[in-house]
Formats: sequence, structure tokens, C-alpha cells
Amino acid sequence: MSAPFLSCAYIAASILFIISIRGLSSPETARRGNILGMAGMLLAIAVTLYSDVVKEYYWILGAIALGALVGIWSALKVRMTALPQMVAAFNGLGGLSAVLIALAEILDGSPQYFENAAGLLIGALAFSGSFIAFAKLQGIMNARAITFPLQHMLNAILGIAVICTCAVFSLNGSPQMFYLLAALSILLGFLLILPIGGADMPVVISVLNSYSGWAAVGIGFSLNNVLLIIVGSIVGASGAILSYIMCKAMNRSLFSVMLGGFGNDEKASSAQGSADKTAKTGDPADAAFIMENANKVIIVPGYGMAAAQAQHILKTMAYDLHDKYGVEVKFAIHPVAGRMPGHMNVLLAEANVPYEDVFELEEINREFETADVAFVIGANDVTNPLARTDTSSPLYGMPVLDVEKAKTVFFVKRSLASGYSGVDNPLFYAPNTIMLYGDAKKVASDIVAVLEK
Amino acid sequence: MDIWTLLTIFMLACFVGYFVVWGVTPALHSPLMSVSNAISGIVIIGALITAGEQEMDLPKILGLAAVFLAAVNIFGGFAVSQRMLLMFKKKEKK
Repeated sequence: MSAPFLSCAYIAASILFIISIRGLSSPETARRGNILGMAGMLLAIAVTLYSDVVKEYYWILGAIALGALVGIWSALKVRMTALPQMVAAFNGLGGLSAVLIALAEILDGSPQYFENAAGLLIGALAFSGSFIAFAKLQGIMNARAITFPLQHMLNAILGIAVICTCAVFSLNGSPQMFYLLAALSILLGFLLILPIGGADMPVVISVLNSYSGWAAVGIGFSLNNVLLIIVGSIVGASGAILSYIMCKAMNRSLFSVMLGGFGNDEKASSAQGSADKTAKTGDPADAAFIMENANKVIIVPGYGMAAAQAQHILKTMAYDLHDKYGVEVKFAIHPVAGRMPGHMNVLLAEANVPYEDVFELEEINREFETADVAFVIGANDVTNPLARTDTSSPLYGMPVLDVEKAKTVFFVKRSLASGYSGVDNPLFYAPNTIMLYGDAKKVASDIVAVLEK
Repeated sequence: MDIWTLLTIFMLACFVGYFVVWGVTPALHSPLMSVSNAISGIVIIGALITAGEQEMDLPKILGLAAVFLAAVNIFGGFAVSQRMLLMFKKKEKK
């Protein structure tokens, strides 16, 4: 096949990928966007196979078929709560793939030293970082930040060593340097993600997503392939923007997230206070009574709700209120409500909550003033008013949902314990707050039982 | 292609990515991650080029492994995105 034809096909594939992401601007066009993305990928693979750079097919087609089998099988099996781990695992595979390509190129005597080193370095970071992220999310490893003395010093030294090795290899191209670079980058990826835990995971996944894109860019430069550069940049930009959005939603800088160790030290604020204040307690019947007589209820779900698998019963509760008692029900979602960007939206969609009833923080925050009830289930830090008022609080400056402006606030929680940040929530002791203690699923189904009586 | 042409393409692609991704609605950020995950499997093109040689040697084996990994990424990423997107439903009209 002629080079112009190949180039045309690559341009068409690039356009398809861009339109595919563009399609995600609204749920109505998103499915079509995804299909166009598949078409772009099919086109890119087909023309590459057909071109004269590929001279052997059987093994390749076998590898693709095997990959398809594993990929589709895991995509169909995964539970939506486990989505973040799966994305982390896929990022890692993409990174490892880039590492292998760079390695093969160098063994084949490619003169593109720096480009291959860049592909290898970023790919290796994405691979080993994702490996740790996966282990933490899957619960194989302790999800909290793992810190040890001189950690930052060690990481800094390792980082400098990686850069030096990369530079030396780019100049002399010795394979030994390349292997050393591979080993050091993989080690650095492990160590970088270790100290990050808990609530910072959404940022980590976004950053790793970004890496897998930049790794593709590196490979694109080493192979002189425009398609890889274009697509890699878009993926890289996507991950970077998501990281930025997540950091902003927690009012933390990317730098402080990557340094890690957040949420481990039990702050004094959680110990003081709880003793001399009392929280009002209610039972599901009270909650059902107040909500069925309300005009407007805003439900604020957090990850605790999803962890308790309460999304389906919560949906039943919401639509019982709406259909039987004519209550206006809306869902309010904080950007970091789940374990990855947009996770809570997917979990609610899975429970058949129509997306028109689900609102983002900025869209709904003014409406709490006019709501009769704010029903907070499995969320804590994202409602903490200290983020607005207490300059000394670690949460200060984080955008929060103003649930306390509703006439009555229900908190479904197991205990008065503080959230990930370790900060006590004064809302628990507010006069218009009623605590509903218990497992999210149990409390929601008790309320539904009363509503349906 | 010379390095400056590639760098130009790279810079422009970063801008395209920047603007397109900001247009994505926050409700679809999870599908965005899995779609971008799938399309980052585009490294398969590089893998195909390395794995496409005739003789079975170490680079070819590495290339084949890379093809497999990228294929998992591509098929898994698109499949899980489609699964997610099918869940986003409008309100039923009564």
C-alpha cells in the first residue's frame, strides 16, 4: 500500500478519535462517540496490517484475538464499584506495552535513543504505578498512604538517577543503560504511588491515565508515527485535565497529592469536641415521615453508599417519594464522591437513576436553601462547612455541598467518626441535623419499608 | 518526518486534546477515562510494526506481547465504556 494512502487513513482515524471524545459532551451523543472511537481504532489497525511494514499475520492476529478475549471478558465481568481498579489495570497494561515496544526497538538497533528512552520511562512509570494503584483499590494492599522515613529523599535521588540514566543512554545508546533505566523507572513508579492513599486515589488514577498517553507519544516520536503522537497527546491531556479537576475539587495541589501521606495523622480536631456536643438521633420511621411530607428532597450520596451496595434501594426510596408522595427528588454529586472521576454518576446510572435527576455541585448548590430535606448517605467531608469557615482546617478552601441550608439534614452513617480527612464534621451537632445510624443499605431499606406501608 | 514537524503536530494535538476534553460533561468523566484508556491502546500500531517482521526473534516476541497487552486495553476499554454508557438513561416519558 502506498504511503499517501496510509497517511490518509491515519488522518481519518485521528479525526474519528477526536469526534469520539467530543461525543462525550452529552449522554445523548456519547454512545455514538464510543462507536466512532472503535471505528477509528479498527481503521488504524486494519491499514497498518495491510501496509507492507507488517509481513507476518498469524501470530499477530492470534495475539489480537487473545487480547480481545481477555479484554472483553474482564469488561463484562467487572462490577461498577470495581471500575477504578480496572481502569488502573488497563493503564498499567498500556504502559507495559509501551515498555516492550521501546525494548524491541532498541534490540532491533533503532537509533532513536532519546525517544525510546522517553517511551520506556513514562510507560514504566504508568505500569508500576498502576500496579500499586490496582493493589490498593482492590484491597490486596493497605489502601492508606504508606510512608517511611527519608521517603521523599529516596524518591528524589531515584528521580535524579532516572534522569541521568536517560541522558547517558540518549548520548551513547548502550543497551546496559537502557536496562538500568527500565529497572529504575519501574522502581520509581512503585515508590511514587506508595505514599498516596485513600481519598487521593482519583487523582492518582487520572495521573496514571495521563502517563499512558504520554508513553504513546514517546513511542510515536521513536517510530515517526503521527497517529501515535496525536492520539497520545489527547489521552495525555485528558488525564492531566481530570487530575486538575480532582485536585481542585479537594483544594489540593497536584504536588501535595503526589508527595502523599495525607489523611494519616489523626488530627487533634477529631478528638476534641465530640465529647461535649450531642448529635440528635432519629430512626428510619422519622426520616420517612419527614421526607414524605417534604416538597423537595436532595440526596447526597458518597462512596460509603456505594461500598454498602445501597444504590438500588436508594433509587427505590427516591422514586417512592416521588411517585407516591409527589416529592421533588434530586441527586447532588460532589466531584470526588467516588473513587475515580465521575464514578458516582456511573453507580447511580447503574441503579437506573435517570441522568436528568443527577446534578453536579455547581448546578445544585444554591438549591439547598429551598430544599426541605438533604439526605446525606455515605458522605462526610464533602459536606463539611469548616471548609468554608475554618482557615486552620485541612479541608479549608475545598468546595463543599451546602447541605446545612436545607430545613432538615439527615446523615446516614455508621458512627460519628470523621471521614478520610480526619476532620470532625460540626454538622453532626447542628440543631437541624438528625443522625440515622447504621449501614446505608439497611437504613435505606427500612425507610422504603415505611414508605411502602 | 523531521523532528520539528513532529513537534508541531504534537503541540497542536495537545491543544486539540485540551479543548475537546474540557467539553466533556463531568457526569461522563468515568467513561472519558475508559474511552481514553481504550484509545491509548493506539500503541498497538507501534507493536504491530515491531511484531510484523518475518523471522521469529526476541524483538518480534516482545512485539507480540505488546500487541496482546494493547489489544486487552483496546477491547476492554471500549467494551466497558459501552457498558457504562448504555446505563445512562433518560427519564421515561409517562
